[in-house]
Amino acid sequence: MVHLKVNGSAQAFDGDPDMPLLWYLRDILGFTGTKFGCGMALCGACTVLENGKAIRSCSTQMKQLEGREITTIEGVSTHGPHAVQKAWAAVNVPQCGYCQTGQIMQAISLLSSKPHPTDADIDDEMSGNICRCGTYQRIRAAIKEAAKERA
Amino acid sequence: MITLEKTSSTFAVVNVTRRSFLQGALSASAFVLCVAKAPLFAKAAGNVVPGSAAPSIDATAFHPSIFLGIQPDGTVLIVAHRTEMGNGVRTSLPRIVADELDADWSRVNVIQGDGDERYGSQDTDGSHSVREFFDTLREAGATARLMLVRAAAQQWGVPEAQCVADPAHVVSHKASNRTIGYGDLAALAAKQPVPKKEELKLKSPSEWRYIGKPAPGYDVTDVCAGKPLFGMDVRVDGMLYAAIAHPPVLGGKVKSVDDSATLKLKGVKQTIPIDPFKPPHHFQPLGGVAVIADNTWSAFKGRDALKIEWDNGAHAVYNSPDYKKQLQETARQPGKVVHKIGDPDAEFSKGGKLIEAEYYAPHLAHASMEPPVAVADVQGEKVTVWSPTQNPQGVQEEVAKKLGLKKENVTCHVTFLGGGFGRKSKPDYAVEAAVLSKTTGKPVKVVWSREDDIKFDYFHSVAAMYFKAAVDDKGMPKSWLQRSVFPPISSTFDKDAVYGSDGEMSLGWNVIPFDVPNFRSENGKAVNHVRIGWLRSVANIYHAFAVQSFANELAYAANRDPYDYLLALIGSGHTIDVKQPPDVAAKYPYDTVRLRHVAQLAADKANWGKKKSGNGWGMGIAVHRSFLTYVASVVEVEVDSSGAVRIPNVYTAVDAGIVANPDMVRSQFQGAAVFGTSIARTGEITATNGAIDQSNFHNYPVARMNDAPVHVDVQIVESSAPPAGVGEPGVPPLVPALCNAIYAATGKRVRELPLTRNGLA
Repeated sequence: MVHLKVNGSAQAFDGDPDMPLLWYLRDILGFTGTKFGCGMALCGACTVLENGKAIRSCSTQMKQLEGREITTIEGVSTHGPHAVQKAWAAVNVPQCGYCQTGQIMQAISLLSSKPHPTDADIDDEMSGNICRCGTYQRIRAAIKEAAKERA
Repeated sequence: MITLEKTSSTFAVVNVTRRSFLQGALSASAFVLCVAKAPLFAKAAGNVVPGSAAPSIDATAFHPSIFLGIQPDGTVLIVAHRTEMGNGVRTSLPRIVADELDADWSRVNVIQGDGDERYGSQDTDGSHSVREFFDTLREAGATARLMLVRAAAQQWGVPEAQCVADPAHVVSHKASNRTIGYGDLAALAAKQPVPKKEELKLKSPSEWRYIGKPAPGYDVTDVCAGKPLFGMDVRVDGMLYAAIAHPPVLGGKVKSVDDSATLKLKGVKQTIPIDPFKPPHHFQPLGGVAVIADNTWSAFKGRDALKIEWDNGAHAVYNSPDYKKQLQETARQPGKVVHKIGDPDAEFSKGGKLIEAEYYAPHLAHASMEPPVAVADVQGEKVTVWSPTQNPQGVQEEVAKKLGLKKENVTCHVTFLGGGFGRKSKPDYAVEAAVLSKTTGKPVKVVWSREDDIKFDYFHSVAAMYFKAAVDDKGMPKSWLQRSVFPPISSTFDKDAVYGSDGEMSLGWNVIPFDVPNFRSENGKAVNHVRIGWLRSVANIYHAFAVQSFANELAYAANRDPYDYLLALIGSGHTIDVKQPPDVAAKYPYDTVRLRHVAQLAADKANWGKKKSGNGWGMGIAVHRSFLTYVASVVEVEVDSSGAVRIPNVYTAVDAGIVANPDMVRSQFQGAAVFGTSIARTGEITATNGAIDQSNFHNYPVARMNDAPVHVDVQIVESSAPPAGVGEPGVPPLVPALCNAIYAATGKRVRELPLTRNGLA
């Protein structure tokens, strides 16, 4: 049995301990905002926060999560849109939108450690997240917008 | 889709308030208009799949194309009958209707249309959503506006001419200072006879409020909130999950299967064989063995534990290095003549300076971020499918065919697509879900892993191209021969197809935009060994790469600046005969003045020629017209001594005629520059003994933030020409512009894609 918190609620999991967090979130808890993209931590679509830091949920097994606090995209906007989500909308970042929840979670993680990231910081932090529609230029702009907003 | 410019269609508006469309979405007293497509034109407007018959249309049947409705509370409902996959159609199409309706955009609800042939073609590909429906959507909005005005005039007993629709969602009568809301007029408007087309007053472009004005995506807030919008997010009560072990080689069959380890796993319910297809493969499932489980992870794990012996079949002979040699050999031999101007051979035989070059571009996979996925629920004779599909009517057709049901009994709900790029026009994965639901008696969700997506794609074709030019003493071509060889998309529908279709030839090959007196384009035979399909901009990718690279080579051979030389090649401007259907040719003549103009815009913005190329820095330029849109790209590169390529800037200029939403157009071209970068840098799918070598983003890399162009500038030409395509045309010129920039920076000519084959990264 693994005990963890997801979006503030206590959860207990007694399934296959090897199950990646991604599929627990999506298929069992129904938090489908976290996306499946590659299953190998190569694309970042599945990014969630573990104790506030971005992790790839597709490659994090349930047995590693005893006592941890997980935040998904559904958990960042319980009191209205997060500053990063607002910036994403203001810049009109998404095209298809599938990767954007992972991008937003990664950006939240970045801004929590570096409130005023440089271009190089943004490239370093965000290059693990693939956007096949190619919205990178707008993602960069939205992160700067969010940083301004939070200043 | 690879075809063929469509003819413009004629539509008639019919009042369907009392009909049953959109039942449930509308309250009983709502005013609903539909636009009926005149049946005569429906056939011409269909997407003609190579090798398949055009859809037969019953001339007496009713063929609505789009709907709009007004609720008594004033809410305007507009159906998006095309697919949203990042192309912005759920915003741009409804805003065209809303503009002519004078609707308040904040009171518009967009409803996604199910698959239904009464909408006309829903196949969202070929960059035609706006251009095909622009006039129709405007007329739909204008018709509703006129009926609202007439209803108000009738209610007030004043002349119609004194009443005007107002941006505030009301009709007003200035003389008496009265206004009445659209919602209050809905019931009376619904009783008005439908005005004739001649009675409609369409707005002049200066009156447009939404068309041509930038707007954010209608769904942007929901997308950023992670709402369950995508096919991958569909959950149905009692649903089972399936992963399928597909035959590693096209046409392969299961020789034996041992599922004992699989069935021992927690969460796994059963395994189910799926029949192999009967050639041609078309949109049929590939066959294999499905693992049914109570969650996706267990289905994947169960599949990994299967022990299957395959009979790989005839395509196990496919090895990319050998195949490449065959294609190149064929490209050196005379092929089928596609188009001819003058007498190129006579010019070649005169002697003088000849320049030859060969180019090669490998297979590509779509790799949309959301892999193929579908949920199907078969209940007796009825099937419900939820799927991210570009082609909902194709889902209906293929599922019905496979299960022996009527097409009308298959409901296809269209979800958002996590990318499509052409892959999701092919409904094989939805058919798999239907087959498994029928077998299990429960709703089944088929989830493709990334490995499935890359290994079992409908691949963009591999192509070899050969060029020869005879040039005059100024280095200008007097004669130009080009020959391409690639396994055609038609092989998906006709197992004997070996030549490129007319559609593929029209994608940048039958003509070139250059003023060359003697010209011949040819195409050679190639046999397919994998499923070939269309991918964002299709054959334009390799054709533009080759043509625009060769033009650049000629420029250097002539010792000319490549941009000046390109302008000289285009000449002062002329109209090119591209064998378009007559009405398309009349509406969209291929006018090289427009191509020249975008080249000048892009070059000016890039400050072309201000800095000297070389020593690892350079700019490259390419132009291309596709999907009726004229595009020029200037790419700036920095190449270091290790061959690492950085792209600080891309300058793109676009003439797409009237654009519905400039911000979306900008997004499409920014994205296309990144998509093109992926193709150029690392895009390569290869096969060994018939099986695909790549499997995930580690060995099929796509551009990330740190290797994408840092900044993409998009200039949109202000134009009153009819709208043209915007989803795809940004891709083709990017690749040769990048390769030409690399040549300018390093002297290294890229004749084979991707860059990784050239010691570049």
